[in-house]
Amino acid sequence: MNPILELLIVLLLVLGGLFILVGSWGLARLPSLMTRLHGPTKATTLGVGGCLIASMIYFPAMGGTLSAHELLITIFLLLTAPISANMIAKAHLHRQGHAIDPNPADGISEGLPGPSSGADWATFHGAESPRQD
Amino acid sequence: MTGSILSWALGFALACISVAILLSLFRLVRGPTPGDRILSVDTLTINVIALIVVFGVAESTQTYFEASLLLAMVAFVGTVAYCKFLLRGDIVE
Repeated sequence: MNPILELLIVLLLVLGGLFILVGSWGLARLPSLMTRLHGPTKATTLGVGGCLIASMIYFPAMGGTLSAHELLITIFLLLTAPISANMIAKAHLHRQGHAIDPNPADGISEGLPGPSSGADWATFHGAESPRQD
Repeated sequence: MTGSILSWALGFALACISVAILLSLFRLVRGPTPGDRILSVDTLTINVIALIVVFGVAESTQTYFEASLLLAMVAFVGTVAYCKFLLRGDIVE
């Protein structure tokens, strides 16, 4: 195999593994859900992208054909990670309401501030009153 | 043949991903809120996708890509379904 390509694959694999480790370390270590969301959504997605691109370089370098499967997975993960993070944050706010975040290690002294117009955030609509239909 | 640097890097990446899976499992067991558990399952599946891909490189086979693609799709749909259930008390309205 071409030594430059091999070095590139090694670099991408090591960086990808480190980013995945850092993302999960953040998930285990950070104090509240809103901070924990940062690790997996950014670092882990980047790390998986690195591993997938290393795999995409590896197979043509070994004499196989170039395939777009890995790129497909990378793009799909990059598209869906923000959506799932937004959904998790919305579900968390919906359950938590205006109350203080339940984790005491967080150090947050007040709850979520309301919007300036005096209305309520849309995610709290129907939080206390269940649907009628 | 894979060189010694490449096999070392593959081992390093596999070790990192395994430790990451253990950390996500810790958050899955420990997590105080349901949102934590949803996030940890999401992270767990993404880690497993990376594990499958790196394992495919280590075994020099392209058999496992469909598995990782399917896992990515199922993980996204599952996360959205869990969050929808928490938000609305219902998945398909």
